[in-house]
Amino acid sequence: MDAQLKRGLLDVCVLAAIKNNDSYGYKIIKDLKPYIELSESTLYTILKRLEGAKMLTVRSTEHDGRLRKYYHITQYGIKRIEEFKDEWKEVISIYQFVIKEDQYE
Amino acid sequence: MNKQEFLSALRNTLSALPQKDIEERITFYGEMIDDRMEEGINEEDAVAEIGTVDEIKTQIVADIPLEKLLKETVKPKRALRAWEIVLIALGFPVWFPFLIAAGAIILSLYIVVWALILSLWAIEVALWISVIGGIAVTIVFFVHGNYIPALMMLGTAFLLAGLSIFMFFGCVGASKGILKLPKKASIAVKSMFVRKEIAK
Repeated sequence: MDAQLKRGLLDVCVLAAIKNNDSYGYKIIKDLKPYIELSESTLYTILKRLEGAKMLTVRSTEHDGRLRKYYHITQYGIKRIEEFKDEWKEVISIYQFVIKEDQYE
Repeated sequence: MNKQEFLSALRNTLSALPQKDIEERITFYGEMIDDRMEEGINEEDAVAEIGTVDEIKTQIVADIPLEKLLKETVKPKRALRAWEIVLIALGFPVWFPFLIAAGAIILSLYIVVWALILSLWAIEVALWISVIGGIAVTIVFFVHGNYIPALMMLGTAFLLAGLSIFMFFGCVGASKGILKLPKKASIAVKSMFVRKEIAK
């Protein structure tokens, strides 16, 4: 996939992965694995960016005698997912156009 | 490599970054390894899945803006002493020209890059002008009844048109490649600062 397209999608993917339940780093990577490949370093950068944009909050919880960071989505994060859905409708209509023009060739 | 070795190697590699950033990243990667081990993956494999320290470093360096990196690495670790300030002020005639020279080198590199792209496209435009010229001459010869030279001119025009179409794709490819150079150069420059800090 085109690197720039992937970058835009990854932010929303990470938000979607924590939308229904708070989640932690490794679980986010595992949950997204069937859909999109995501490295640890990339995830770190995305989480930082989303935290900076107030789309998620972080809390440390004790787990099995060690600390684990859980990520919680905020209203801005949920809003971003909704925006993405609207944007995607435009992408789909562009896709339909591309397909149609392809058939006449 | 076990978890401790990996994290301390990572810490060494990142030593030029602000302390807070280093701790955060170490915690993050440590947690990633712990979570994998909890699933039954053995320590060595869990570390291997995270990637190499070099890969992580390259990505981190690419993500940080150069200004921030410079501020963190060049910033003196303590306040300057009075004699150091005097020395810096007295040394002005020495270091100022160097600063200008460095700026001029960077500026000239940019100019060279753009001049290269511009000259490529100038050739492309010149080819197209020749094509138009060739067709115009063909028409003139044809009107005057010089059919053989007209045919020759037309052939030449087609040849040039073919060449310029071919060249167009070359120009696009070369422009894209050249425009990527500043990004590559910036990663190289940033890496230099990170490495220098570790050598100390």
